[in-house]
Amino acid sequence: MIDRSNEKYPKEFMLNLLKKMILIRRFEELAAQMYGLQKIGGFCHLYIGQEATGVGAVEAVDLSTDYIYTAYRDHGLAIACGMDINSLMAELFGKATGCSKGKGGSMHFFDKSKHFMGGNGIVGAHIPLAAGSALAIRNSKSNGVVLCFFGDGAIHQGTFHESLNMAKIWNLPVLYICENNQYGMGTDFRRVSAVEDFTIMGASYGIEGKQVNGMDVLTVYEVVSEEVARIRKEKLPGFLEIKTYRYKGHSMSDPAKYRTRQELESYRIQDPIIILKSKMVDAGFLSEQEYETIDSTIKAQCKDAVTFAEESPEPVLEMLYQDVLV
Amino acid sequence: MADKILMLALSPTMETGTIAHWNKHEGDNVSSGDVLCEVETDKATMDYESTVEGKLIKIVAQEGSSVKVGDLIAIAGKDGEDVTSLLTKPVASKREKEKNVSEPVKKKEGEYEMPHEQRQDGRRIKVSPLAREIATRNGVDLNRIEGSGPQGRIVKNDVEQAIEQKSTPVSSLAPALIAGGGESRKIPLTEKRKAIARRLSESMFTAPHYYMTVSVGVDTLLDARKKVNAHRESKISMNAFLIKLLAEVLRKHPAMLSSWNGDSIVQYGSVDIAIAVAQKDGLITPVIRNCESKGILAIDIELKELVTKARGNKLLPEEYTGCSFTISNLGSYGIRQFTAIINPPASAILAVGEIFKEVVFDENDEEMARSTMLLTLSCDHRVIDGAVAALFAADLKTCMEDPMAVLL
Amino acid sequence: MAVITFREALRQALDEEMARDEKVILLGEEVAQYNGAYKVSQGLLEKYGSLRVIDTPISEEGFTGLGVGAALAGLRPVVEWMTLNFSLQAVDQVYNNAAKMLYMSGGQLNVPIVFRGPNGPAEFLGSQHSQALQSLYCHCPGLKVMAPSTPADAKGMLKTAIRDDNPVIFLEAELMYGWKGEVPETEHLIPFGKADIKKTGKSVTIAGFSKPVKMILEAADLLEKDGIEAEVIDLRSLRPLDEETIYQSVRKTNRCVVVDEAWPYASVGSHVAWLISRNCFDYLDAPVELVTLEDVPMPYNHHLELSAQPSVKKVIDAVKRATYTM
Repeated sequence: MIDRSNEKYPKEFMLNLLKKMILIRRFEELAAQMYGLQKIGGFCHLYIGQEATGVGAVEAVDLSTDYIYTAYRDHGLAIACGMDINSLMAELFGKATGCSKGKGGSMHFFDKSKHFMGGNGIVGAHIPLAAGSALAIRNSKSNGVVLCFFGDGAIHQGTFHESLNMAKIWNLPVLYICENNQYGMGTDFRRVSAVEDFTIMGASYGIEGKQVNGMDVLTVYEVVSEEVARIRKEKLPGFLEIKTYRYKGHSMSDPAKYRTRQELESYRIQDPIIILKSKMVDAGFLSEQEYETIDSTIKAQCKDAVTFAEESPEPVLEMLYQDVLV
Repeated sequence: MADKILMLALSPTMETGTIAHWNKHEGDNVSSGDVLCEVETDKATMDYESTVEGKLIKIVAQEGSSVKVGDLIAIAGKDGEDVTSLLTKPVASKREKEKNVSEPVKKKEGEYEMPHEQRQDGRRIKVSPLAREIATRNGVDLNRIEGSGPQGRIVKNDVEQAIEQKSTPVSSLAPALIAGGGESRKIPLTEKRKAIARRLSESMFTAPHYYMTVSVGVDTLLDARKKVNAHRESKISMNAFLIKLLAEVLRKHPAMLSSWNGDSIVQYGSVDIAIAVAQKDGLITPVIRNCESKGILAIDIELKELVTKARGNKLLPEEYTGCSFTISNLGSYGIRQFTAIINPPASAILAVGEIFKEVVFDENDEEMARSTMLLTLSCDHRVIDGAVAALFAADLKTCMEDPMAVLL
Repeated sequence: MAVITFREALRQALDEEMARDEKVILLGEEVAQYNGAYKVSQGLLEKYGSLRVIDTPISEEGFTGLGVGAALAGLRPVVEWMTLNFSLQAVDQVYNNAAKMLYMSGGQLNVPIVFRGPNGPAEFLGSQHSQALQSLYCHCPGLKVMAPSTPADAKGMLKTAIRDDNPVIFLEAELMYGWKGEVPETEHLIPFGKADIKKTGKSVTIAGFSKPVKMILEAADLLEKDGIEAEVIDLRSLRPLDEETIYQSVRKTNRCVVVDEAWPYASVGSHVAWLISRNCFDYLDAPVELVTLEDVPMPYNHHLELSAQPSVKKVIDAVKRATYTM
């Protein structure tokens, strides 16, 4: 087992992770509220409960050389990559100031400069894209790595299997991260998977994998860091199954009746924010008062993002025909 | 700082929700994600999870009450916080259902009219778009053509043949010539003839014309002209008198000096009167400008110059375009009365007939001989209404019968 | 000018562009060691090596998506589909990723990629291997589509496609690979959106593209003997389409026959016919005629499969209907 004594990490490092997780949580709580007030339409898949996965993993890479791909539950990773929450809330509102000029929406956050490659609405469709970017890294002889996030639902798509095979035969520097939040929409992953341990699937393509506790951001950070370092050195793909849990329904219209309240509560007591917060309090890095201050500062930041989005202009009509082709 | 808890849309189509049950009560601590209450939506009963943290200070919507999305249902905050201000303020607005979103710019679609022409025997005329276009351009009546295409469709070739036959008339389109039996000849169009045809057809078929005739006694005017001309070598024409009097009356009726401009009416500031002059190969309408500020003599001189130039085809474009009123005088041909087609851009034309002697009754109902002239006004109804034209015509009659009235 | 085959023209285009820009790579089934299923990529592996000429597993969706991901990270891939029939496995990657990325990222992420391969019926291949799929790809905004009919056009258009910053579908045909024609030896580029008037005439316009152009020209020669002077337009670039050249011709001839070897329903041919009826209505002396593949899957029997396809006779009959000379 990895040694996880808190002294290993400086206070600032842990504080940064904590703030990012709180930011995702508060941003999405507010987004949910705005959705309920019908300011946001369409699909809106929340990441609440899974914050440790995105924050811990992104902390382990260098976005000047590395790339992040994910699916439609993309708010958390976008924030973890450092995207401006004003542009994200504006995107949810469909405004011209949104990161995708209001033409993408919740599922299509992108930031080319931060190598955050979205934001893909078709289950599993982005998995080959990640391998392709890894091929470009390989050909350019850069030292980059691609992190490819997908859910326990996407793992049964052909794209996953085709991509792992290609990544292995061509030695592509890509780390496949299955965020197993245990439900593919309303279906318990155990009902539709031939194996309960997804590392078996990675192994069938000759890619060794690990299962990781996704409720602990430091664990995620450490395991992903190790994998990324190995990939950079060996130029071979990797696979992780990060066990996590989404507190909310699949999307905003999902009452999540397929699981029990008890199950949800059992995860809420091992909430990633609470875990990190108590570690920091125990280590003397954080007081309750300081936590309150951080939380209310972030809440205010999120409210400002809503104001920014509300006050931003609608896209002008000319934009309808823009960006179809270069 | 206390937080308002608002009714949220818990299904995509929900507009109001009914509070089925409060799971938390006033005074309870709530944290984000806790189920606050259960809400009956249009679809199902849903858990309402809190997005705020703190103490539930006040429940506003009681169990069983129906609440619109966006309306206040409760308030959470710190223990003992004063929340009265939140209770009185208007709550967050719902999404404006009718957002001010403009429609995508659509290119204007040409409106196609379904062809409804029927033959005299009631059969629909089938015609290719091209053949229809050629027929319209050449004034060919589709009714008289049998189509050679599938199901009797009239095609380009059929119309072209019809045009050829029309110009060497053997069809019923030129009955008079058939009757005479003489040889007809085809006269190619000059540019002038084309222009006359185009301008006058356009005027006749776009401007709704109406006509009114006024009978004017002109003995006084004839006497005056006689006196003025008694010692002059070059006699001042009747037209010059007419133009001057007309100008004075028009000045008082500016509505008569107008043009239809599609989305507006243009009213001209000067009285620019055109007069139709016959030429060997057509006609032209030279314009005497600013008649309101010219004397009869000046008008007469200018008129004679213009007429000479017109007959010799020497007018410059600026001399025959842009009038505000027109006169056509066929009196010298012995024409008593006729109607004229408006000469654009003006909206009225005055057709002047011959001067003739007639017996009229005076105010004592006694017969008397009088010199009379019939003036017929054509007006564009889009611009000049009947009563407006009638007032003008009446005023013109008064002034011509008693030219001194102009001085009034 | 040298006389070379369509296949060789394509090979030259690939060779010249790979030599010009090291970001250009070629991937697909059998493109490297086997020299291409139709020998289009002969010799390229030896010249450019296995990092740039890549044999893929039979994973159409996987390697098509991988190509898109490589384009997103800076390469300019040419993806060879062994036939367009197999691209149906990959159509999600084309529609949902290649064609949409620029738009839904608000203009951030463009996809410079060419998907090429033989399209349309050959001989004796049966229903699944004889499909002309241009309607499918022309339907989708965000894609460009090219379909050359001569070796010269094949070379000039493929080079243009590779240099374009948008996804391009490049349609070839198995039966055309052996066709010979003059090809300029100097730098040769044919732009998008430019049709080619193959023959001028005043009686009727015949518009087509790809393989059927040859058949149209044969029909035009026969019609000439009957006194019907056909103007033949090779559309070449299907999206963007050179509408103006078509309209100018139809305004002159007043009649038009469109030839498309795909099925008639919602096809390129039916779209062109609609454009003409919309924009040349007052110039038409007859309804626009459409010659297409019969509305059936392709049968194996040779007599039946020939009967299903457009033919010289079908084109002549359509011209006679359009000119009222039946």
